[in-house]
Amino acid sequence: MKEITLRVFRYRPETEAEPTFQEYAVPLRDDWAVLDALNYVKEEIDPTLSYRWSCRMGICGSCGMTVNGDPKLSCGTFLVDHAPGPITVEPLRNFPVIRDLVIEMTDFMQKLGAVQPWIIRDESDDDPHTELLQTPSEMDDYKRYSMCINCMLCYSACPVYGLDSKFIGPAAIALAQRYNLDSRDEGQEERLDVLSDDEGVWGCTFVGECTRACPKGVDPAGAIQRAKLIAANEAVKAFLLPRWVR
Amino acid sequence: MTTGLWQRLHRQRVPLLWWTSRRTYLLFVLRELTSVAVVWFVVYLLLLVRAVGAGPGEYERFLDWSARPWMVAINALALALAVLHTITWFMVTPQAMVLKVRGHRVPGLVLAGALYVAWFAVSAVILLLVLS
Amino acid sequence: MSRDRTSAEPFLWLLFSAGGVVTALAVPVFLFLFGIAFPLGWLDPPSSAEIYTLLRNPLARLAVIVLCGLGLMHAAHRLRHTVRDGLQLQRHGTAIAAACYGTAAFVTAVAVVLVSML
Repeated sequence: MKEITLRVFRYRPETEAEPTFQEYAVPLRDDWAVLDALNYVKEEIDPTLSYRWSCRMGICGSCGMTVNGDPKLSCGTFLVDHAPGPITVEPLRNFPVIRDLVIEMTDFMQKLGAVQPWIIRDESDDDPHTELLQTPSEMDDYKRYSMCINCMLCYSACPVYGLDSKFIGPAAIALAQRYNLDSRDEGQEERLDVLSDDEGVWGCTFVGECTRACPKGVDPAGAIQRAKLIAANEAVKAFLLPRWVR
Repeated sequence: MTTGLWQRLHRQRVPLLWWTSRRTYLLFVLRELTSVAVVWFVVYLLLLVRAVGAGPGEYERFLDWSARPWMVAINALALALAVLHTITWFMVTPQAMVLKVRGHRVPGLVLAGALYVAWFAVSAVILLLVLS
Repeated sequence: MSRDRTSAEPFLWLLFSAGGVVTALAVPVFLFLFGIAFPLGWLDPPSSAEIYTLLRNPLARLAVIVLCGLGLMHAAHRLRHTVRDGLQLQRHGTAIAAACYGTAAFVTAVAVVLVSML
């Protein structure tokens, strides 16, 4: 069996002050993704290696890593595509590292909550026995943004977030847009308070790397620019119209 | 109690010239630097306006000055950057803007096509005004 | 709207976007004519009298001022972010922004003076 070398980022805060790299030789199998190779390392070579994973099929969003410099889901990045190697595996960029390939994601979780990614609606006039119907075209308006799996690859790809972690970031804005554009939702104004902040949509310089990194085709960069247009419209209205008209 | 998590975290640093690390970042910075050509365009246009306002002699001097090789070189570079600005602007506009006509989303290619038609029309109008 | 604080960012972004559109449409043909085609003799430049008449037209004056003003605000916005992020000068963000937009406003004022002196 042919082998390929994994060059894995190691950080063990209880024993070392600075991270190091460790190399492991793993079988180069056609059907193995980087995640399979890491599981092989953990089971057969070195049980101390730490990393997150769950579903192995690109839907749980927990196995994001930097593979040969690119933010990737390690379950969807195949060894053969990087042969003959070595394959460098690092934690996602722009996040603090807890241990090895495990990053600290509290910041992202707080931002995700801040945009209230759920349907906000005054239901007092809704008939509880009737569904809220939606046409296919109304669903198309937001469907793309609903594909987000919170894997944080876009935050890892975004240089603006790397330079200033106060920026609310791609996925949170895309998810805010997912609900803003939903015909059943009435929460746009509430979310706008967060989005139209200087650390909200205005931090983005449209590098577009988030959209290139997204494994689910969400296009956060486009979502952010659309949110800018909405926020700018509201700002102009607020500036021109007297308070009682708004 | 052991050391708190926050003190043991390894902070990843962004390299100072981060935009040299990826081709796409480099293209992004080049796209943003096309604005230098826009600044040059404004300066050049204002020099022309000033020369025209100062009389026929000044205008002739402006034309002679603009024909110097290094001026042509600067303008060739500025033109290349300006065209890059136009192309990249038209590339990202359909991504940033969703136009709807009678409830249907206008496809990105159609929107981009309309922008190129507008570019051609504006260029033609300026060309006709200046040359006739 | 529950916000009390008015941010300048949405207005700066609108000016940036408007500037991006008008410069994308008009700058290449101008630079081609006055920077390449006339200097190299590919086309004959308008005579002094012709261009004077053209530029004195109120619509042309307005076009020059709009192109200069929006173009400069567009460039100021981009240069502000590129300098700040590209050189990691986040600490001086306010000063960089003031320098960029301030220069743009000043040169736009110069444009208004020059156009009104025609």
